[in-house]
Amino acid sequence: MTDATSTSTSTSTSASPVGAAHPSPVAGAIRRANTERAGALVGYLPVGFPSLDESIDAAVALVENGVDVLELGLPYSDPVMDGPVIQRATVAALQSGFRLTDAFTAVERIRARVDAPVLLMTYWNPVLQYGVDRFADDLVSAGGAGLITPDLTVDSGADWLATSDRTGLDRVFLAAPTSTDARLRLAIEHSRGFVYTVSTMGITGARSDLDAAARTLVGRLRAQGADSLAVGIGVSTADQIAEILGYADGAIVGSALVKALADGGVDAVGRLAAQLAVGTGR
Amino acid sequence: MTDIIPPQTASLRAESGPFFGEFGGRFMPESLIAALDELDEAYQLAKLDPEFHRELAELGRTYTGRPSILTEVPRFGRHAGGARIILKREDLNHTGSHKINNVLGQALLAKRIGKHRLIAETGAGQHGVATATAAALFGMECVVYMGEVDTERQALNVARMRLLGAEVIPVTSGTRTLKDALNEAFRDWVANVESTHYLLGTVAGPHPFPVMVRDFVKVIGEEARQQVIDLTGALPDAVTACVGGGSNAIGIFHAFLDDTSVGLYGYEAAGLGVDTLEHAATITKGRPGVLHGSRSYMLQDADGQTLDSHSISAGLDYPGVGPEHAWLASIGRANYRPVTDADAMAAFRLLCTTEGIIPAIESAHALAGTLELGRELGPDATILVSLSGRGDKDVETAGRYFDVLDEQGNAIV
Ligand SMILES: Cc1ncc(COP(=O)(O)O)c(C=O)c1O
Repeated sequence: MTDATSTSTSTSTSASPVGAAHPSPVAGAIRRANTERAGALVGYLPVGFPSLDESIDAAVALVENGVDVLELGLPYSDPVMDGPVIQRATVAALQSGFRLTDAFTAVERIRARVDAPVLLMTYWNPVLQYGVDRFADDLVSAGGAGLITPDLTVDSGADWLATSDRTGLDRVFLAAPTSTDARLRLAIEHSRGFVYTVSTMGITGARSDLDAAARTLVGRLRAQGADSLAVGIGVSTADQIAEILGYADGAIVGSALVKALADGGVDAVGRLAAQLAVGTGR
Repeated sequence: MTDIIPPQTASLRAESGPFFGEFGGRFMPESLIAALDELDEAYQLAKLDPEFHRELAELGRTYTGRPSILTEVPRFGRHAGGARIILKREDLNHTGSHKINNVLGQALLAKRIGKHRLIAETGAGQHGVATATAAALFGMECVVYMGEVDTERQALNVARMRLLGAEVIPVTSGTRTLKDALNEAFRDWVANVESTHYLLGTVAGPHPFPVMVRDFVKVIGEEARQQVIDLTGALPDAVTACVGGGSNAIGIFHAFLDDTSVGLYGYEAAGLGVDTLEHAATITKGRPGVLHGSRSYMLQDADGQTLDSHSISAGLDYPGVGPEHAWLASIGRANYRPVTDADAMAAFRLLCTTEGIIPAIESAHALAGTLELGRELGPDATILVSLSGRGDKDVETAGRYFDVLDEQGNAIV
């Protein structure tokens, strides 16, 4: 398949209908990174690992070392989209007493120290139990930008669509290589911030070969009108990031950062972020 | 008999998802939606195809041993207030439980969609054994995920699966039981969805699983309803079953949903007691939430983290329950009650010694509930019980429980 859309569309000014009503801090940060550099680096870390304080320090270190958008994972008992590295970290966070309200504390304290937008990545049941509206209001109060929902698709998310429209929070839905064009359109129309482009069929975890599937999927999403796309799952090196930013607007790194934090602490994760940021042209 | 004619309402049997009232749905990663849609479509087509039904019925007759028989158990019934107790013998099916009905249905469907690899989760191992059996029968590859805790307490079934040619992967994540085996199976499916069918073993999970699995097991109640009428000349007063995810229960309940005179009773595992933290009484003690792709009752803490469940029976040790049961509970059509480990084991022993039938410990929960229900309803009552499985797999657990075997599994003489 030829890839006519492989150049980054950083100069695109088209805004989605929902984006027009609520200017998205995440889309803004991604656009800026595409104007100034090859594109945006999105960094994932779980809240509360290895401790709440260290997870906050680690997130701050990511931003200080070149991460444009933070994605904070909420530890959850049944994380079906996560591989062993992230599972180990989130299980440890749960065992040391993680509570949902820690997520708002973390967002607030991170935002007091650095300016990057912060998304929470959460499985749906914790939000449902906290109350969708209450969760959104507390996230807004903490200065959070929105949610990435790995097990909530647009067609199952009516309450979240309504709440995010009311609060103006960003909402990031996923697009997968197996998604039909109609489903890609659904994700594009309803995402605000970016569309999370799943690079490969599989769960989180570093991979040495990034699927050609990612490039193909980005091409399909562009053809359906997507203007803010970040590619994730399996991304772990500056070279992969540089390659991705050749056709997408952002690259998402998770397990590699979590592993660095687990093995070497806050300093190590900061150093890795700086190395990865080279891939964005920093 | 009442002379008030009830208003004409839609049949409770007509529910076909994705939602049952406010329960059910599909809360799943986007990566799996295409596979779920493909499965749903294939199932809708198969449902309308007489050839599919013919093939499935033929397998039922020549492989499973359908129809399964009814057995009246008067000596056991004396302990149930003298009620007339009738067992539906799913324990006599090939592979030893009701699970084979669902497995053959889904395996046939997988063949139609062109998948050559079956994966499954299993708790007690009965569903894993049934899946391994179907994979052998259809010449498919088979991987079974089983919590490490369960591989230990159901070692015999692990051996059976391996003998049948399946790979058994002990799951060491989370609580290392059935719910984590489901998580691991979903992770496998996300990565291998092109080649693989996830053969989910109960009426839980995302749409279309709850409806599709129910349709494959409802033959249990359809047979039993006619068999009871043939035997007694009337409908039973009550139908009972154990409830883990809920497949044998919905299997026997479904044919009776519109028979308003028939009480439906599901028995959940109360473990050490519903006032302890060691139980699996999902409907009794849980609240609605999303687990494994559907909205239903589940055991969870205030933050929506799934709680560990406990039951002496691996097959009931699950913190969720199928959405159709949540709905039947919410509209009051079926009753769900807890049964402790101790009461289940007493009923297990009683059926062994009064009737010469060794039940699965899962099914023993239904038997224990039936003993109590019989005393409530009195000697004129007829109660149909789902004897969902046989106890061969549980001989070691029960042997230790009753001091017939020592800790090493050697006979105590
Ligand atoms: C014999 C038997 N009965 C019951 C169950 C519980 O499952 P369900 O509630 O889906 O019937 C199991 C599960 O392994 C089983 O093996």
